[in-house]
This record gives sequence, structure tokens and C-alpha cells, in this order.
Amino acid sequence: MYVVVIGGGNVGFYLTRELLQAGHEVVMIEKNASRARQIADELGSIVVPNDGCEGRYQEMAGMGRADVVAAVTGDDEDNLVACQVAKMHFNVPRAIARVNNPKNEALFRQLAIDDTVSPTRTILGVIEHEIPMHDLLHLAELEGGGLEIVEAQITADSPVVGRELRDIPLPDGTSVAVILRGSRAVPARPETRLTDGDRMLAITSADGEPELRRLLIGD
Amino acid sequence: MRVIIIGCGRVGAATAVALDKRGDHVTVIDIDEHAFARLPTDYSGVTIRGNGTDEDVLRSAEAEMADIVMALTEGDNRNAMAAQLAKHVFGVPRVIAKINDPLRASAYRTLGLETICRTNILSEALATAAAEGAAATNGMVEEPTAEPMRGVPPAGSRAEAVAEAAVAEDEGTAEPGTAERAAEALATDPGEEG
Repeated sequence: MYVVVIGGGNVGFYLTRELLQAGHEVVMIEKNASRARQIADELGSIVVPNDGCEGRYQEMAGMGRADVVAAVTGDDEDNLVACQVAKMHFNVPRAIARVNNPKNEALFRQLAIDDTVSPTRTILGVIEHEIPMHDLLHLAELEGGGLEIVEAQITADSPVVGRELRDIPLPDGTSVAVILRGSRAVPARPETRLTDGDRMLAITSADGEPELRRLLIGD
Repeated sequence: MRVIIIGCGRVGAATAVALDKRGDHVTVIDIDEHAFARLPTDYSGVTIRGNGTDEDVLRSAEAEMADIVMALTEGDNRNAMAAQLAKHVFGVPRVIAKINDPLRASAYRTLGLETICRTNILSEALATAAAEGAAATNGMVEEPTAEPMRGVPPAGSRAEAVAEAAVAEDEGTAEPGTAERAAEALATDPGEEG
């Protein structure tokens, strides 16, 4: 695959190195000239030492034939603009943006960025797994927007504990994917009964989410 | 009209003051508290310290009620993102982004943003001023309001010819009006390049 990486910070550097080691063709665009030289010394002459948001440097990096662009600088606005320029001018099939402020993920999807990766959200998810939850945990947003995968912890005082899935009036557009019980994945069948300690993975929409939270966790 | 201005630099502050004077409801956002020192004491609008590309900050500025959002920071990308956030997340009817890179500005117009590009405005005004004079630029290039302080024009310069004609006139060795014609020629003749 031909990949253009925008931003030569730590994320960009290790991403580029891993992709090269996996046998992909990679060009990086890094604005800071001395950082660009340093990376070229280590990885070879695959670095365009300029502003990755500008069309002419993207062209220099061969964006026209890229399969993927990954914008991974530390600034959301630069990642957004770099992806938009790559999409608009070079029709790159897949644009991936690093998103620092997790609230920007929805905006980026709406603006035709194919994939977003938010380290903030990932770390947040890990932390929230460690502490007792009284809320739905957002695991991922699905492509196309609108739908998301959420996790609900079923506790002894949950309104649905001890009930079968067929008795739970899920909101429209919401579907239970699987129940995690200990280290086992229990299929979500109509007769599956929820017990204390279960974790339910469900797919829901922004509209259905408040009702789902009320059903599973209570008011 | 409710206006949100992102970036309280010279342009943002001057725009905020002008709209505030006109009676609009103005909110200025800047990441640096010191930037608000550019606003005069009689500015009656709102100031918010924060990042204008942050949804939460725009919400605290009541962006969903705004009639127009102007993104006027020093960063083209910041302005492009703030403007798109205002348009797509808050549904602001009009957004204007300052984008000084002409290529990027034209790309964002195709995505439904109004843009203002300092590079284009200044270069057009300067080209017009050079060819047709300051008056033709509609006030963008302004004429001097006072005569320059007197000095001796450099030898061989175009200004020296005017000064010599004035001296010759005073001494009676040239027709009256010679200096005036020389000055006029200097002001309107576009020079060797023209």
C-alpha cells in the first residue's frame, strides 16, 4: 500500500517506521526542517520537509496515487485541513486523522474524514474500565456516523438484572450485540438472562441512547 | 445581530469595536487573556478566554444563537476548523474565515465558507495603487495627510528634478508653473517600469 503520513512527531515517526518494516511504501511530510532531516537520517530519504496542509507539497509526496493519508500531528486543526486538502485535490480513498479533543471526532466524520483515532478517548476508556461505572461507556462510533457501540455494566441494582432480553423494551434502532460474562462472550438471544456483573455491548443511535441508559442503569 | 469573533488580534479587535459601536451583540474569543487589552474600555460586548476550535468554548459563547461567526486568528487551519465547527455543529447561518493562503481560501469556498484573504486584498490594492494611484483603491491605499518634512532630495533622483525646477522658478530662470508640472509628472508618471 502507498501511505502518506503527515506530521513527524513521535506518532508519525513510529507509524512510518512500522509501515516501512511491514513492507509498505511510505512518504512523510514534516514541517520542521531539522526534525525532517533527523527522520530522514534514520528512515531514509522519504521525508518532504514542508507544510503537509499545502497542496503542492502533498503533490510532491505523491498524494495523487496514495491509498491512505494519515494526518497525525498534535494539532486537530492541522490534521483536519491536511485530510480535507488530500480528499478535495487528490481524491485519496481513505483519510485517517488523529483527534486530540474527542469531541472533534463527530465533526471530522461529518466532514468526510474516513477514520478518526482519538488517543484521549482510548485512555479515557481504559480509565473508565478501572472504576465503577454508572453510565454507558462509549466504545466506538460506527462509520457513516449516527450509530455507536456502547457498553453498559449490569449491577445488582440495575432495573434489568434478572430479566430476559426479550422482556426489555429496547428503544427503536437499538440492538444488543453480545453479553460479556467474566471472560466469556454470551450470545444475545431472546432468552438470555442478565445477571449482576454482566457487561452488555449494544449498538444504538444518539436518539436512542438516553432511553437505553434509563432502561439499563436507571435514573 | 449576534456576532462571535474568534481571535482578538488587530483585525479581530477592530472588527469587534466597529460592530459593537453599531449596536450588534458581540462576543470575542481569544486563547490569550492579554489580547483583550486591544479592546477599548468602552467596548460593551462579551469576552471569553478559550480556544475557538473547541466545541465547549463555542457553546459557552452561545454559538447556536449566533447570526454570524468570524474566524480571524493568525492560523489559517484554526480558522478553517473553527468556521466549519460553527457551521456544521452549531448551524450558524453565516461564517467567515480569514484564510491568507489564496489556494486554501478558494478550496474552502467550495465547501461553503465565506473567506477573506489578506494576500489577495493587499496585492490587488497595491497593484491598483501603483497603476492608477491611491484614490483608485477605494480607500484601501490612503494618500498622505501632510507634506513630508523638507530634506534635500538625493542627487539624480526624480524628486531632485522637482526641487531644481522650484529653485529655478524662484530665481526667475524658469517659467512659473514649471515646478508644479514637474511634480505632477512625478505623481502620475508610472516610471520606467510602467
